[in-house]
Amino acid sequence: MEYILTTDKVCKRFDKHTALDQVSISVGSGRIFGLLGPNGAGKTTLIRIINRITAPDSGEVIFDGHPLTQEDVANIGYLPEERGLYKKMKVGEQAIYLAQLKGMSARDARKSLTEWFEKFDIMPWWNKKLEELSKGMQQKVQFIITILHEPKLMIFDEPFSGFDPVNAELLKTEILRLRDAGHTIIYSTHNMASVEDVCDDIALINNSRLVLSGSVEEVKRQFADGRYEVHAVTHEEQARSLAESIPGATIRPILPSMNDIFLKVCSDNAKTSES
Amino acid sequence: MNKISVIILREFTTRILKKSFIILTILMPFMMASIVAVPFILGQLEDDEESTIAVIDQTGLYGDCLKSNERYHFVYFDQLTPELRSDTSEITVVLQITDDLTRNPKAASLASTSEIQLNLTEYVENQLAEKVRHDKVAAYEIPELENILNDMEQEFTLTTLKWDNDGNESETFGDAALITGCLFTFLIYMFVMSYGGMVMQGVTEEKTNRIVEIMVSSVKPFQLMMGKIIGVALVGFVQIAIWGVMLALIFAGASFFLGADTVAEAAASQPAAGAGAMAMPEASGMAEFIAMAGSIPLLELGVMFVLMFIGGYLLYASFFAAVGASVNAQEDSAQFTMPVVLIMVFGMYAAMGSAGNTDGPLAFWSSMFPLTSPIVMMVRIPFGVPLWQEILSLAILYGTAIGMVWIAGKIYRVGILMYGKKPSFKEMVKWLRYK
Repeated sequence: MEYILTTDKVCKRFDKHTALDQVSISVGSGRIFGLLGPNGAGKTTLIRIINRITAPDSGEVIFDGHPLTQEDVANIGYLPEERGLYKKMKVGEQAIYLAQLKGMSARDARKSLTEWFEKFDIMPWWNKKLEELSKGMQQKVQFIITILHEPKLMIFDEPFSGFDPVNAELLKTEILRLRDAGHTIIYSTHNMASVEDVCDDIALINNSRLVLSGSVEEVKRQFADGRYEVHAVTHEEQARSLAESIPGATIRPILPSMNDIFLKVCSDNAKTSES
Repeated sequence: MNKISVIILREFTTRILKKSFIILTILMPFMMASIVAVPFILGQLEDDEESTIAVIDQTGLYGDCLKSNERYHFVYFDQLTPELRSDTSEITVVLQITDDLTRNPKAASLASTSEIQLNLTEYVENQLAEKVRHDKVAAYEIPELENILNDMEQEFTLTTLKWDNDGNESETFGDAALITGCLFTFLIYMFVMSYGGMVMQGVTEEKTNRIVEIMVSSVKPFQLMMGKIIGVALVGFVQIAIWGVMLALIFAGASFFLGADTVAEAAASQPAAGAGAMAMPEASGMAEFIAMAGSIPLLELGVMFVLMFIGGYLLYASFFAAVGASVNAQEDSAQFTMPVVLIMVFGMYAAMGSAGNTDGPLAFWSSMFPLTSPIVMMVRIPFGVPLWQEILSLAILYGTAIGMVWIAGKIYRVGILMYGKKPSFKEMVKWLRYK
């Protein structure tokens, strides 16, 4: 596989606490890479090193085949976990401003922003001040700003936090579409539910060390414990008779998850209110 | 467009389009003008009020010395009637003189049912004192004594002259120079303080809302810092230009409607017109003052003002930017800015102290020391400063300012992305080397 980014034995210490201890990861081009781990494991520190916000104490970061330089950072779009934009500035204005700083012309930025705003159905926010928007709305704006200049590598730190399931679904679709368009995505989270839907590969960091890595498929197979699930749309009696043929099998009906219910109800509502 | 100009444009436009900025910029000249005008107008109004004073002179000596004018009307009575004591009559104040004042100075008293105006007390005192003095002089029975005494009181003023290197002679005009110098000093002080603070606030805002994390991926921190410093400076220039034009218009308008003399008188009567106004002799008219101002090296003053202004602002603003980047919250900045603000305040005092002796050691050294030179030098220039001193002072100031910008750029780069803990010296050194 071709790797757009690899870190080689990266270490970072703060005063008496080691944030990263010999962490080596390899992010495949055109894939979604899940950077997982509990709170305080060192995920954000690693991302900050990749963005050259902090320097590693030792180790190396290779981007696109060469050691990472300041110029490469222009090819990285970063959505930090602690979101921040200018609160008093109008949404459209600051999106154009930030796009200009990333090297886009004001005209291109406006055109591309208009497309994205229409896609996300947030055109009416263009002239609103950021502080007038709710947290989720601000997140949407910041997501667009992060990917607007179409960087090769996109880093999302907990992109779904603060989103309702409908918007989370919208975002997920966009992330998958971005991958299919050839972008590489590093997705950092401690919320495992979304990992399976989204990620191709993962790296798990615990207590500053890399403890697990590989494709989602591989990792899951590695931890297989011999349980199987039979999926069928049937009636209860047939299911029971099937279960009886396997010693020790248990049986329960599969009910939809609350997430699915939320999605169904809210998107149905949206459709009826539109028509 | 170049990235730094994008940043400058944003810093400039967002500030200049703020409602608070627009309102303050427009209202300020009116406020300044009204500070001058209102007390003056009120003073005029008071003059129109006429009050009647009853005089009960038991000695009969002072009948002619109290002359009525448009404000005070003196009416003579033989004795105190109960009617005068009550507040029903038109007469509000009663002056009683019971004895010859040359022998018994305490024999005169003013009485009223209400509070007596200070102006009236002064007026009566002066009139009586004049009369007493006259009587006393007459008592010596020396011929022409009155004239001799008057002659002795003849005032004179010293003309101060300045010889330049070629031996040319020109009159110097201390008062006008002093006021001009103080005005420019104050402008620099105000500007550096408020706009330096604005830079710091902007930097801290960007740091605390984490927007820098996405900015540093596209711009160099140094560009970010300089863009902010320059953008804010432009805001300041625009504000000062607007104020200057508006004040000139208000002044011109007021002169047109009220007559130039009234306006000049109002402006001259105003102690706030400059700390130096106290030194301005009341007798000297505005016309004379303006003539004096004409002798001040205006071109030199203007050029030096702009240069000192830019240098001083650059020095302080970059310092403030570094502080803003190092702290985690606006409130924490005080411990860093306090010493510097104290130095500036010291500069202000040094400027006032130097005003009395603009070539003294205090004036010289504090106009060389870069942290105070922009403030102090402006006081000295109207009095004439040797060119080598101006150049030396500017060189030191700009050298320090550029050094400060360089250091601030380094500190900024480290500090702006540092959260939670103070950056250690070791870490700073590493960042200095980090390309």
